[in-house]
Parts: sequence; C-alpha cells; structure tokens
Amino acid sequence: MTMSYEVSKAGDVAELRLVGRIDRDALSSLDEAYDSLSSLAPERIVLDFSGVEYINSTGIALIVGILGRARADGRNLQASGLTPHYREIFEITRLSDYIEILQHT
Amino acid sequence: MVGHEEPTPGRRPQTRTGGAVSADVAMPEAEAVAPTAVPATSGRRRLWRRSEPAPPTAPSSQVVDLDIDPSDPILAFLQSALGPVDVSSLPPYSPAANELKQSGIEVVVPLVSSGELVGVVALGPRLSERGYSRDDRRLLESLARYAAPALRLGQLVREQEEEARSLQRLESELQVAQLIQQQFLPHQLPELGGWHVAAFYRPARTVGGDFYDVVDLGDGRVMVVTGDVTDKGVPAALVMASTHALLRSSAHSGSPGQVLQRVNELLIPQIPQNMFVTCLVMMIDLTTGRTQFANAGHNLPYLRRDGVVSQLRARGMPLGLMSGSEYEEDEVVIEPGDLLLLYSDGITEQHDDNGQMFGFGRTEALMEAPGDGEALVDRCVAALTAFSGSMEQEDDVTLVALEYRTRQAPRLLETFSVPSVAGNEREVMRRVMAAAEPHLVGARLDALGTAVSETAMNAIEHGNEERPEVSVDVEVHVSEIELSVSISDHGYGGPVVEAAVPDIDLKLAGLQTPRGWGLFLVERMVDRVYERSEGKRHTVYLAMDVGDDAGTANEETREGNR
Repeated sequence: MTMSYEVSKAGDVAELRLVGRIDRDALSSLDEAYDSLSSLAPERIVLDFSGVEYINSTGIALIVGILGRARADGRNLQASGLTPHYREIFEITRLSDYIEILQHT
Repeated sequence: MVGHEEPTPGRRPQTRTGGAVSADVAMPEAEAVAPTAVPATSGRRRLWRRSEPAPPTAPSSQVVDLDIDPSDPILAFLQSALGPVDVSSLPPYSPAANELKQSGIEVVVPLVSSGELVGVVALGPRLSERGYSRDDRRLLESLARYAAPALRLGQLVREQEEEARSLQRLESELQVAQLIQQQFLPHQLPELGGWHVAAFYRPARTVGGDFYDVVDLGDGRVMVVTGDVTDKGVPAALVMASTHALLRSSAHSGSPGQVLQRVNELLIPQIPQNMFVTCLVMMIDLTTGRTQFANAGHNLPYLRRDGVVSQLRARGMPLGLMSGSEYEEDEVVIEPGDLLLLYSDGITEQHDDNGQMFGFGRTEALMEAPGDGEALVDRCVAALTAFSGSMEQEDDVTLVALEYRTRQAPRLLETFSVPSVAGNEREVMRRVMAAAEPHLVGARLDALGTAVSETAMNAIEHGNEERPEVSVDVEVHVSEIELSVSISDHGYGGPVVEAAVPDIDLKLAGLQTPRGWGLFLVERMVDRVYERSEGKRHTVYLAMDVGDDAGTANEETREGNR
C-alpha cells in the first residue's frame, strides 16, 4: 500500500487524512476512502494532505475523479495541508476552482 | 452641366423624366443648372440640368442628365463661344448636342473662366412661349460672366476638400498598416537560455520593407531571420508581409539553404517583376552554439570574438528573382562571449550632408568596441543619427544583435540510468533533486522534481514500454545561466501525445478523460522544455534559470517606429 488514509467526522464535516503518495498505486485506496466517507453522509469533506509526500499527474487525475463523485453527491470539497508546491499545482490545474484550499492556521 | 464620371451621394444623377423642359429667363438663376466639377481632361463628362420645382400652372419640370464624351466637339465649341448659343447652331455631329435637342433644350450658355469651360446653363423654351429676346441673351451672358468664376472657385474648393479628405483617409490607413506591420515583428523575443537578443527597427516611412524574426524550432534551435525588400513604403511592406509569412511557414522545411530555396520558389509567382528580397537565415543550436546559415544577397553579418570582427559569408541570389536558385550554406560555432550583428543596408547606405555613405567600415568599427548587444544597438543608432546630420533617413533600418552570454561550458553534475520499471520515476526525481539542490531552492526545486518525475514516467511507460532491460538515461548539467536535465529513452513506443490541453471544466463534465495532465504539468513547471530525436533515441531537455535573474525574462526588444 502506497497510500493510507484515516476518516473522521465532526458534525456535518468529514475529514479524510491522506498519507503517503498519490499516484497510480493509490487508485483503489482512494476509491475505498471515498466509499467509507460516503457512509458518514457529510455535507463537507476536508482532504488533509499534510501527510502526502508526492502527487503526480495520475494522482491529479484521481483527485479529479474524487471531485467528480463528491459533486455528483452534492458534497463540498476542501483541501488542507498542501505544500506551496502542490498548492501551485492545484492552482495551475484549476482544481482550486472547485476545491477550496484552506490555509494553515 | 459638366461633372465627374462618378456621382457622389450629394448630386446623384437622376433619370430622365418625361414632360417638357420649362424655363424662363425671368428667373434665370432658378433655371441655372447646379454647379458641378470642372471638365475633366479624361473620362466622360456629364451634363445635367435640374429644374426648380415647377410653378403650379407650369408643365412638369425635368432633369436632363447628359454624359459628354471628352472627344465631343461640343466642348471645344462651347469653350470658344462668346455667349448664349442656340441649340440649333451647335455642331450637328456632336452626340451631346443631339441629346440636348431631344431633351427640349433651346439655348445653352457656356460658363467659361480662365479659358476653361467650367459649366453650362441650359434652358428649355420660355414659359411665355415666345423666343428668347436679345435682352434675355444679354442678361444670360452677363450672368454667365459672373457665375463662371464663382462656379470655378466652388469647384476648386471642393476639389481641394476632396483631396484633403482622401489624404486624411490614406494617412489613417497607413497608421493602421503600421500597427499591423508591427504585429509581424516579434514583440518579445523568445527566452533563450544564455542567449540575449537586442533588436531595433525603424522604417523610413510609416511602413517598411525590412523585417526580422526569431522562430523557435522546438528542438532546442531557433531560426533567426533578417530581410530587406527592395524599395520602401507600402509596396515593400506588402511584399514584406508575404515573405515573412512564407519564412515562418517554411521554417521546418530543412536547413537554412533549403528554407531559402523553398521561399524563393513560393515567392516568385507572387512578387512584382521589379522587386526582390534579400534575406539571411541562421539556425542556432542554443546548447552547443552550432549555427548554420545561408544568405540570399543580404548584408553579411558581423561576428565579434575576443575583440576581433569577421564576416560570415555565404552566397546566394536574392529571393524572388530566379527560379531554381540554390543557396550556399556554411556553419560556425558561436562561443560563449561572442557577439553577432545582423543589419540591413539602411544603416550602411545612409548618406551624410556631404553625400558620403555610412558604409561597412563604420559599422565594423562600431562592432569592435567593447560592450554587449544592447549597447551595440544603441551605439549604432546614435552613430547613424549623428552621421545623417540634416539628411532624412533614406531606407528602413534594422539591427539585430545576438549574444551568447554564457562564459563557461555547462558542468556535468550527475549522470545515471535506471531500468524501465514503473515507480523508478521517483528514483530519477530523487537523484536529480539531490544534484540540483545547491542550485535551486524551495518551490523551484519541487517544480523541477515534478517535471522530472513526469518526464521519466513517460520515458519508462511510453518510450521504453516498461521493458526492464532497457534503460532511461539521465544527465544533469549546470552553467552560470541554467540548470538542465536531459532524460532519454529508446523510442520503442514513441513520444507521448496528449490530445488536448487538459481542462478541469471539461473533465468534470465528462467531456475529457480525467487523465492527461503530464505534459501540461511539465511545461508549466520548468522555464524551458524541448525535445530532440536522434535515430530512435528520444531526449527531453528540462531547464531552469539559475543565478541572479532566475525566473525573469532576459530578452528585450525596442522599436524605433516614428
């Protein structure tokens, strides 16, 4: 397993903490993570990237896939813990148009 | 009435209407035809006569619209007539006279001023049904005497106004043409790692026949072009536009000589017989400095190396003269610190107040002085201005200075190979980042890492089809200008082609696959990327600026348009 995850929920907000690398090996675990989130029926999902060390173009495609599912389910997606580099990638791919990037407090 | 061949909206000739022509000398000004332009020296003349609205009791009024051929004898006849003329005494062989008769005109009064026939008053029968009396004729004659100069003055004023209007229109069209032409010239010269381009362009008139261009050939080479169309102004600018377009579209048709050959053949059917185009084409490998060039009769470029100036020679006929022309090619390696000057004859052939030409000697002397390309261009412009004195700029002036600023050859930081196994792209990324770390920091190092891992992944998955026995080869170089990474595969699967620019909106709408971000990311992560194939081997070069001006553009262009 190249990517692991933890799911937690507080009120209407579910948090998905991702750890490891998001590339083609992360496909099944990312889908699985979203399935377990869905069972919590949150209105808002925060993706926590602080434990992620690597995202490549395939990983971006997987995140686009998760975003598509969340939109179909009427759920709001946010991202936290992105490094400046991956924040830039979210911006140039315009993922940030659909996923609000939360700044570290 | 005599007028222009082309009707203007204000005085549209009217079609003939039926009914008798009404006229009465008691109100001759009401019957006088409206003044129109002076008889033209060529083209047909139009005579027409407009009646005032008819009085209630009068028969219907009409307009006589008559074209007079310049060869019609009526013109000479009226010009020398001494007063009102009965239509019956007009030359019978004049088509215009016959037409006047048919229109019911009885008397014509020529309006002559400064010996020139400027108009005619044409009258139908008197309303009183009596003939025109001697008094009537005297009155008409004195009317003509006063009216003719006034009419002529009016015609001259209108001519001048028309001339001024068309001049104004021409000028504003030229301004637009200038804007369009400026679009052809590169506004911002492409960013060339370690290379610096300075350019100056000033046409002798609003638009010009000179041009220059820098075209990225996409394989680590650029094509630099300067050219000069014979003549100047609008004709030259039109040929310049078409030559410029042909050069751009032919940029990938081979070596400089082959490009010139192709443009020559394409240009010949388009170019007027008395015009031709001189043109210099150089193709420069930005990494090695290897430069191929060919010359279609353009000024020979100067090369300065260690303070010594030489000319780069290659022979060839100007473009647009002779089908089947072939162009000699030569090659030179531009070394770090070298300075190259391309220029048009607008500088060398400019005269001073004593009729002396600026010449090659002065240009060469400017070249010998120390200083970079930008300083050289400034020096040339200043020297030319001082030399010209009160003389106007005679021809278009173009200057392009090219400089290889790297002072040392790139240093190899790291070289290694990995087997083509998925996941090894991260190994490539790790080792390249470790090698690059002293030269790049923070987000720029991360950006290079992402570009390297994407490129290595393409090499592993596509170029080498994940064959473990085939390697992906990596080299990292650094110079004082840039850090560059080359990643080579063995071209089994061919380079990756991403069909479209990835667009998140289209992807979410299901109109694009969620994938296809790889090349998009690579291009945006590094300062420069180019590809090259040698045999089956395919190499991608990724470069990041290092040093003081890292990440900033290092090019400049100045335009000296008047």
